[in-house]
Amino acid sequence: MKHSLLHKLLAPCAGLLFAVFLWWLGTLWLTRSMPIASNLSPLRAFPELFALLGSSLIWEHTLTSLQRVLAGLGFALLVGVPAGILTGISIGFAQTTGTLFQFLRMISPLSWMPIAVMVLGVGDAPVYFLLAFAAVWPILLNTAAGVGQLDENWLLLSRSLSATPWERLRRVILPAIAPHILTGVRLAIGVIWIVLVPAEMLGVSAGLGYFILDTRDRLAYHELMATILLIGFLGFLLDQLARYLHKRWFQR
Amino acid sequence: MTNSITAIPNPEGGVLQAESLTFSHDGGAPVFADVSFSVRPQETLALLGASGCGKSTLLRLLAGLEKPLQGSVKFLGEPLVQPHPRSALVFQQASLLPWLNVADNVSFGLDFRHQPRINTQERKTRVQNALQAVGMAGHEKSSPAQLSGGMAQRVALARALAREPQLLFADEPFSALDPITRGEMQSLMVDVVHRWHTAALLVTHDIDEAILVADRILLMGGAPAKIIAEWTVDLPHPRTVYPHAIQELRQEILEAFRGCNPLGNHQVHQRKLSPAVTAIQPSHFYI
Ligand SMILES: Nc1ncnc2c1ncn2[C@@H]1O[C@H](COP(=O)(O)OP(=O)(O)OP(=O)(O)O)[C@@H](O)[C@H]1O
Ligand SMILES: [Mg+2]
Repeated sequence: MKHSLLHKLLAPCAGLLFAVFLWWLGTLWLTRSMPIASNLSPLRAFPELFALLGSSLIWEHTLTSLQRVLAGLGFALLVGVPAGILTGISIGFAQTTGTLFQFLRMISPLSWMPIAVMVLGVGDAPVYFLLAFAAVWPILLNTAAGVGQLDENWLLLSRSLSATPWERLRRVILPAIAPHILTGVRLAIGVIWIVLVPAEMLGVSAGLGYFILDTRDRLAYHELMATILLIGFLGFLLDQLARYLHKRWFQR
Repeated sequence: MTNSITAIPNPEGGVLQAESLTFSHDGGAPVFADVSFSVRPQETLALLGASGCGKSTLLRLLAGLEKPLQGSVKFLGEPLVQPHPRSALVFQQASLLPWLNVADNVSFGLDFRHQPRINTQERKTRVQNALQAVGMAGHEKSSPAQLSGGMAQRVALARALAREPQLLFADEPFSALDPITRGEMQSLMVDVVHRWHTAALLVTHDIDEAILVADRILLMGGAPAKIIAEWTVDLPHPRTVYPHAIQELRQEILEAFRGCNPLGNHQVHQRKLSPAVTAIQPSHFYI
């Protein structure tokens, strides 16, 4: 037991350390032809990361980004869950929308960026749209799968109780598909986090994506590298959190 | 007598009357045709038939979950338009709701809009009584995932009893259980049906189960299916002490079943199995 626990902790750490070593070698090699690349070295990035975390600026950008994650997820749930339930319940709806959804799903959400800005204006609205558009598919598909796996007898039971459509939805369908929705949410958070940074690179003046461009414009490459580290770290935490909540739900 | 104008809710006809029911799935060949029978108050009626002959379909129709192509169903004398609040269902699988504990599973649906209003106290009492009756008192807070198959089916039975049904529909409720648990559940069923003063319609393809539990047995067969034979089983419970009587009746049912060919033209056998006769001469049955 102890042995395997040690392995579980040691192996990932070794992997990370090795990657940092390669990163260091790479910047060393790059610096020979491009002196400014010395700023990208881990020897600069890590101290800079701690300096950044000590300032309030990065926290504001981080908070803005996390709020957008929540808002995007909220919109995706608002659309994805009802659409997923409809897809799962109505064969007609599923047949009508199936191909359409597969088509839309394969368009990178960022392709909509110019149109989103044109229609929704500069600001947070197009970012929410892009995030929700990216996150809606895992939620929709998992919700529909959940409805598809509903125990036939639960529906019979609710019918034998002359349940109203609302009672059937709230007392049977929603609790039954909650684990599936949660699976969708976990996947959606990952997608949102990946789309977030590029989405924040246009038309907004706060957030981690904006900050990346800002550091580039200021030629503050050590800050840029530190921000990339932060983005990776936050994403990792978000995913762990989502996994933990998911697991908690299933072990109730 | 003359000034009594209110309808008596329990007419002579029984709890439930099926009147020449015909049904087909999506306009296909009829699954059964012209099926008529009635369920008397507090009677346990077994509906016996081979796999696929339409027992479950018939049960769903009688429970108001499906509409007949022809014919009608009357529940307590009234035409059935939607599932009756005084009927309850038990399935082959317990189908408990895994996100609710045992007590909440038993009280599930009692507060639905189209159910008779009862207060919280009454609901608690019903849950307690039902769990007590099926031997699951003390498991109120358990999660369905912690229960064995037999225990889960007990809770499913309690869920049906909590509705205080006048007719309990059970579709092969014990066929997924091991033989020992099945035996226990069969006697439990007999016990609670009597204590709750409810009628029961038990769908099964287990001949012995029908003989052990039911007051009356209907045999379904043919294509489209019909009621091809009927037996009244008038033995006291527990019936396991009458192995000869059971053996004889099983034989008779099997013969009636073999005699039924898909072309129809059957005569309805009417037999009565009475305790006096079996007690003295276990190998003879009166017609
Ligand atoms: N939804 C459906 N659509 C079309 N046909 C169906 C449907 N459900 C059942 N059937 C058919 O109707 C017939 C009767 O089915 P039913 O389930 O009522 O039989 P059963 O007597 O309960 O069988 P079993 O003992 O296997 O439960 C079968 O031939 C079955 O294939
Ligand atoms: Mg069946």
